[in-house]
Amino acid sequence: MTARVFVPADSAALSVGSGAVAAGLEAEARRRGIDLAVVRTGSRGLFWLEPLIEIEGADGRQGYGPVAAEDAAGLFDAGFLSGGAHAKALGRVEDIPWLARQQRLVFARCGVTDPLSLDDFRAHGGMKGLERAIGLSPDAIVDEIVASGLRGRGGAGFPTGIKWGAVRHTSADQKYVVCNADEGDSGTFADRMLMEGDPFLVVEGMAIAALAVGATKGYVYIRSEYPHAFDVFSRAVEHARAAGVLGERVLGSARAFDIEPRLGAGAYVCGEETSMLESLEGKRGLVRVKPPLPALSGLFGKPTVINNMLSFASVPWVLAHGAKAYAEYGVGRSLGSQPFQVAGNVRFGGLVELAFGPTIRELVEDFGGGTRSGRPIRAVQVGGPLGAYFPKELLDTPLDYESMTRAKGMLGHGGIVVFDDTVDMARQARFAFAFCARESCGKCTPCRIGSTRGVETVDRIAAGVERQKNLEVLRDLCEVMTDGSLCALGGLAPLPVLSALDHFPEDFAAAPKRAAAEVEVR
Amino acid sequence: MIAATAFDETLARQIIERRRSIPGAALPILHDLQHAFGYIDDRALPLMADALNISKAEALGVVTFYPDFRRQPAEGRVMKLCRAESCQAMGCEDLVAHLETRHGIAPDEPKPGAGLVVETVYCLGNCALSPAALVDGEPVGRLDRARLDAIVLAAKEGTR
Repeated sequence: MTARVFVPADSAALSVGSGAVAAGLEAEARRRGIDLAVVRTGSRGLFWLEPLIEIEGADGRQGYGPVAAEDAAGLFDAGFLSGGAHAKALGRVEDIPWLARQQRLVFARCGVTDPLSLDDFRAHGGMKGLERAIGLSPDAIVDEIVASGLRGRGGAGFPTGIKWGAVRHTSADQKYVVCNADEGDSGTFADRMLMEGDPFLVVEGMAIAALAVGATKGYVYIRSEYPHAFDVFSRAVEHARAAGVLGERVLGSARAFDIEPRLGAGAYVCGEETSMLESLEGKRGLVRVKPPLPALSGLFGKPTVINNMLSFASVPWVLAHGAKAYAEYGVGRSLGSQPFQVAGNVRFGGLVELAFGPTIRELVEDFGGGTRSGRPIRAVQVGGPLGAYFPKELLDTPLDYESMTRAKGMLGHGGIVVFDDTVDMARQARFAFAFCARESCGKCTPCRIGSTRGVETVDRIAAGVERQKNLEVLRDLCEVMTDGSLCALGGLAPLPVLSALDHFPEDFAAAPKRAAAEVEVR
Repeated sequence: MIAATAFDETLARQIIERRRSIPGAALPILHDLQHAFGYIDDRALPLMADALNISKAEALGVVTFYPDFRRQPAEGRVMKLCRAESCQAMGCEDLVAHLETRHGIAPDEPKPGAGLVVETVYCLGNCALSPAALVDGEPVGRLDRARLDAIVLAAKEGTR
């Protein structure tokens, strides 16, 4: 009988050598005359254990990690194929507390199955949502999503079902479904993991959306910084088409839907939905003025559902298990689960999917295990480059949409980046502006000019030039950008700046730590 | 990443022709051109403009908006080095300083003969294994000075 070993081909796992591990295991098996099949999977998201390989045992998957290519001979010597003891043995993967404590609805299959096997996908519960949706009326699908309480996972948190309803009730000869996979926020990698680890889930979610609103064509806008994800996802779409999941007759129904993956080209702002539409239309990624809402006039002027990849990926579970079951997860108006991503200076970083409502502390301390450097945590940025920095004192803030807003932050795409006590918060504030200046599409003045003025003003403060006056200028500038920018890039860039200023004023103190020569004031 | 090859108008026309009829074809065409030639040659722009029925200025506008598209071939390997927050928290700026002091390579400033072009990117989605880079499309996690030195050296030897 062929023994099977599961080795991730997720690009994070590849980045620490999982490709060499797969090759090493295959070579060693050949040398020993053992019939071994190496199945390449996505990642479970326990990245400090990557490359994490798994063996199918009588008692479930047994893990070994982090494994190096040189470990191959030793693993065979230890009889790892039958769960033999080894220094890298982790026991049953599902029992690893870090994983066992999660509530994986969206990421249930990621890292478990062969991402390009539809049989594997179905064997692990895939396609049940779409199968049910095909038997429902479009209105019934929309109602189900509304009732689930699902809100946009891209950051804005708009109710997904309401958006779908708007597109559903707009008549047009052509409608589109657009999936935002321009996951540009630092500290986030959930979309990438799904595209590389469970791409059919996204296909399924988008197909359900298409049935609900009456769209026949979908686009997935994938950032070019994710070449592996683009490759795996594109192949998954081809598989889905060949198997009749996509095409003229979705799962044999009378409904047509197809998906085209599109590659971005390095512009962060194209994660903003209207900029993304411009980019898909082959133009510069300039943000559009709203209204009209994309739901009424979106891609090529047609009604368009645009959702984040994690929103689409949440949909199949809702359809398969029912809105009520989904809404039992979470708190208040933040229902369901959120794939949090724990990153930065942290010991145990990775993908933590939980019902809404854990505190920042639970993620960075209980899951994250504190900093990798071993130094005290000083700041935690939640929600990407446009999210707020939280000090130690606010680590008990719950992670749900409303609590984050109350704390003058935002959940964004669920990225959580940990910094130790060596961080210079004035420098982080400066970076927030510099990033905004680099990535601004240039359409509106507050963002285009304000970001550069922001860099200059932070520099002046750091250099001790008219500090009090410049602090006032900085706050005024932040207000102008918040209220006057066209989109979230300029509108939210002040969040990290103001949080740094409010929670870490000592870093903006008069006596500058830097030499004046380092400061680039023009 | 495909090594830069000489511009070939016939091939450019074929690439454009293959994609011109899909809606919003500009980015797919530009990616294909860059994949084939290693960069976007200025001579390809009027061809694309003509095929898509847009002005040459619009075609140029698209190329220049997106950081990915290069208008000159890159010499040697391309390392996309992440300098976003998660990698900052794990010392990517220390790596940038090391690149400059030890190897004389500054991000986004190609150095003739280095065999390696280092480009700043903001996030590669490998934030739990920061600092992260992408070397000719191959992901590198937990990048440190030693690994960086090895990459620079290998690139230098690769050009000889």
